[in-house]
Amino acid sequence: MPAGINAIDFYYLLPEIVLTAGALAVLVADVLLPRGSRALAWITVAVLGATLASLLPFADTDVEVANGLIAVDRFALFFKVVFLVSAIMTVLMSVRYLEIEEVSPGEYFFLVLCATLGMMIMAGGIDLITSFIGLETMAVSFYILTGFIKPNQRSNEAAVKYFLLGAFSLGILLYGMSLLYGLSGSTNLHVMASVFAGQARDPLLVLAVILVVSGMAFKIAAVPFHMWAPDVYEGAPTPITAFLSVGSKAAAFAMILRIFVEGLPSMTSDWQLLFEALAIVTMTVGNVAALTQSNLKRMLAYSSIAHAGYLLIGVVAGTPLGVSAMLIYLLIYTFMQLGAFTVIVMMRRADVVGDELKDFSGLHVRHPVAAFAMLLFMLSLGGIPPTAGFMGKFWLFRAAIESGYVGLAVVGVLNSAVSLYYYLRLVVFMYLKKETTGSEPTASPALALTLAVAVAATLVLGVYPRVLFEVAEKSAQTLGLGGAAAP
Amino acid sequence: MTHYLSLILFTPLAGALVLLFVNKQNENAIKWIANIVAFVGFAISVPLWFWLNPQSPDFQFVERAPWIPSIGAEYFLGIDGFAALLILLTTMMGSIAVLSSWSAITERVKEYYIFLLVLQTGMLGAFMALDFLLFFLFWEVMLVPMYFLIGIWGSSNRLYSAIKFFLYTLVGSVVMLLGILALYFHGHTVTGVYSFDVTQYQGMNLPFDLQWWIFLSFFLGFAIKVPMFPFHTWLPDAHTDAPTAGSVILAAVLLKMGTYGFLRFSLPILPEASRHFVPMIVTLSAIGIVYGALVALAQKDWKRLVAYSSVSHMALVMLGMFALNPVGITGSIIQQLNHGISTGALFLIVGIVYERRHTREISEYGGLSKVMPVYAAVFLVMTMSSIGLPTLNGFIGEILILQGVFVANKAWAVIAASGIVLGAAYMLYLYQRTMFGKVENPKNETLADLSGREFATFAPLIILAVWIGIYPKPFLDRISTSVNRVVARVSPQYATALAADCVTPLPVASAAGTPAAADPRLMARNNADSANSAAPFLSVLPCGPDGQPLEPQAGTLGAPPTSPTSPTPLTREPR
Repeated sequence: MPAGINAIDFYYLLPEIVLTAGALAVLVADVLLPRGSRALAWITVAVLGATLASLLPFADTDVEVANGLIAVDRFALFFKVVFLVSAIMTVLMSVRYLEIEEVSPGEYFFLVLCATLGMMIMAGGIDLITSFIGLETMAVSFYILTGFIKPNQRSNEAAVKYFLLGAFSLGILLYGMSLLYGLSGSTNLHVMASVFAGQARDPLLVLAVILVVSGMAFKIAAVPFHMWAPDVYEGAPTPITAFLSVGSKAAAFAMILRIFVEGLPSMTSDWQLLFEALAIVTMTVGNVAALTQSNLKRMLAYSSIAHAGYLLIGVVAGTPLGVSAMLIYLLIYTFMQLGAFTVIVMMRRADVVGDELKDFSGLHVRHPVAAFAMLLFMLSLGGIPPTAGFMGKFWLFRAAIESGYVGLAVVGVLNSAVSLYYYLRLVVFMYLKKETTGSEPTASPALALTLAVAVAATLVLGVYPRVLFEVAEKSAQTLGLGGAAAP
Repeated sequence: MTHYLSLILFTPLAGALVLLFVNKQNENAIKWIANIVAFVGFAISVPLWFWLNPQSPDFQFVERAPWIPSIGAEYFLGIDGFAALLILLTTMMGSIAVLSSWSAITERVKEYYIFLLVLQTGMLGAFMALDFLLFFLFWEVMLVPMYFLIGIWGSSNRLYSAIKFFLYTLVGSVVMLLGILALYFHGHTVTGVYSFDVTQYQGMNLPFDLQWWIFLSFFLGFAIKVPMFPFHTWLPDAHTDAPTAGSVILAAVLLKMGTYGFLRFSLPILPEASRHFVPMIVTLSAIGIVYGALVALAQKDWKRLVAYSSVSHMALVMLGMFALNPVGITGSIIQQLNHGISTGALFLIVGIVYERRHTREISEYGGLSKVMPVYAAVFLVMTMSSIGLPTLNGFIGEILILQGVFVANKAWAVIAASGIVLGAAYMLYLYQRTMFGKVENPKNETLADLSGREFATFAPLIILAVWIGIYPKPFLDRISTSVNRVVARVSPQYATALAADCVTPLPVASAAGTPAAADPRLMARNNADSANSAAPFLSVLPCGPDGQPLEPQAGTLGAPPTSPTSPTPLTREPR
């Protein structure tokens, strides 16, 4: 495939270009602005907002640009919105947190933007090289962000762990990718798909699939590649934990769908089997391990592992319905997970970390709004109506049953019943315990805004999800169709 | 009044929202608002009784609007006579529960009433929804407020009981959700349209394999809620630790969700599977009846005793329902109302003394009839109602169930009757231990009798108990079309018998013989003798003025003075 990029391609990359320019502007602004200014955060939000706005012209676009390196379609668009929304919420909840941790915010916000850029490239990448570049951009930014609180040992340890295991898994992924390239002669997913379509089953191809699945399973923290997640989630700065558990996971899922649905449709039965096994193990181990946690961040880490398992159901279903269910769940998950982390950030004070369960004792007395919001997020994560989490799970299980994976759906629903036990444990601390000795949450305007958005989304999408459902269905349909080439 | 049901449904929720904005220190205002809202909620539902057309076989007061069109989910409400009675029961018990909490709840008053009112909306919605997804939504919405009611305002072991209640019910309901989805996809293959419309599935004939699976998944959801043995273990804990109002709502309304589910969904949608699983349900019900009663007999805790009596009574309701004949199902519905009235009252009765003495140990009490005569009288009425003394409501339900069960299988009737005998034993034993004898505990000497407010919580229940006991016809009339709808699906032989009998009054023998003979299963199970024993009930089918068959027992038992002979063969010999 001849390389070469036309001028028109840059138009389709407008959102990425805006984001890159904005990231650089943030770096410059950090030097120019006086120390301790909160303006930097708002500039970052403005950059993300501008990127979001620059997505508008592409609302109905469905093309491949730059000679099949990247796709600009509704599937990518949906993910980009998820990334940008979660990045905005992450930045908003970081402002006060960084001040308490006494960390300079300049590079921090820059790296958040870089990670977002990487995610956006991953969502659009229909070439292994593009996807990998996106993945690396995101991963490296997260390695640094995880260890951003330099004086904190746990943060450092988490960063080293994440980096080492991440590098190792990337190696596995690359090995799988090079096998794919070797077997097909192309890194473009659509070319690859057409090459493999006529071929007999090749053991090497099976090996390649296994390696790529393993590499990606690390990124979504699927069992048994999840060991890093609890330590990293606990050690990283809380807003980064939130971003990691939402944005990075969503991006990895986008890449998984691209590679397997678009690039390896001929191997569907193989990767479906692998993902099915992963889904079952991941849901179960994640939920069971979460039962005994006393640290909320760790508990949410295991819960997010379990959620990766639920999301995999959508991948296994493989149908447009499964993909749309996954998209819906990802967006809903973004709001409820980020909302929960917002409350944890609110609990952080100069002297209190505030992420132990006991810190939440009697929260309903000290801060009824925060307690209620947390209650809502926990119910939503557990999938109790009328919250959005129920609608998301409903779609996933619906997709599983329609595709004939009844067993998977049964494991899924039983797991969501188990998960309620630990989500309610937090509720017990907040509402049912008589002692009220936990820490006092504080809300800055930025935090209050984040919380309000998350609460509203969790409720509205739970009662009236119609619009989201329709958008997600349309977005899912573009996947695997292969867009028309750019004019 | 196109939005009449919505009005009833959302009044409590609106009240809860209003309460959100009341200062939590202002407890009197909160109590007044909650009481007014609950009472208004009841008052606006009363016209249901009059406006409902008992003759119409269709769902009434229907409201239909698109909700999530892409998956065919609708905001679809509608009720029949059965649902209407349960809705009236819900609004009444809700109002009583709120009133009974006036002095019992002293901490976190605001949250308490908010949860009670939200729970009320959840329950009403479950009874009104004719869209599966909407039904499931309301079904699950009930969990959270009840969890908090037990967990925050409960007694000693409340955390354990609350989570146990929550998880048990949740497991059942998520499995039920899978059944709903299976049904939904089958509906799509048949009709080509995604729809959660319950009424559509009530007319659909599903393959038996699918019915089998869906029945089991529904069974788990509903059986846990009823609760049927062996899924009942959450109930005694939840009841024992819940605050009085929580127990009242739990017993009077929440348990009915399970039986409502069976009657509304399992039987009409899955008729073959329902018939197939009769032995299983009957066995579990029989065990439940006897086991619940025996365990109740052994209880030292007053509230736990009533809780186990619930297990026994609800098992009787299930047994009557799965006799799968018109009389049994009618009895089952009436008994559901009765259970709501009498067990709700019995929990209120425990609540009264618990509030005064803070103990539920039966041995702590004794001779209360001397210090609290009015209270003892109320308790006596409710005990008799629970036992099934004629002229009170319990009798009507039990006799209908016995009659229905007897037609289906005599052996089952013996078990049902034994449950009733044991019921008399544990209730009278309880009454004797608490009310009679000398006042031996000095703490009991100064107990205050019922206040005006407390008596007000019992008054409607006593009136209803007597009303249903003496003149049940209005109730039977209102559920007759609901029963016919279920019977037409699950036991068509009775439905044809009803119609045939109505057009041309047949001789007794042939009217009874034909349907029984037409059903080989019935023949296999019963000998010719028992087929004949169906004669009394089938021979007295009355016709309505419009030529439609009325519910048979409406004439039989509804107006005892006019047909003194018909109940004669049905007197309960086992007693």
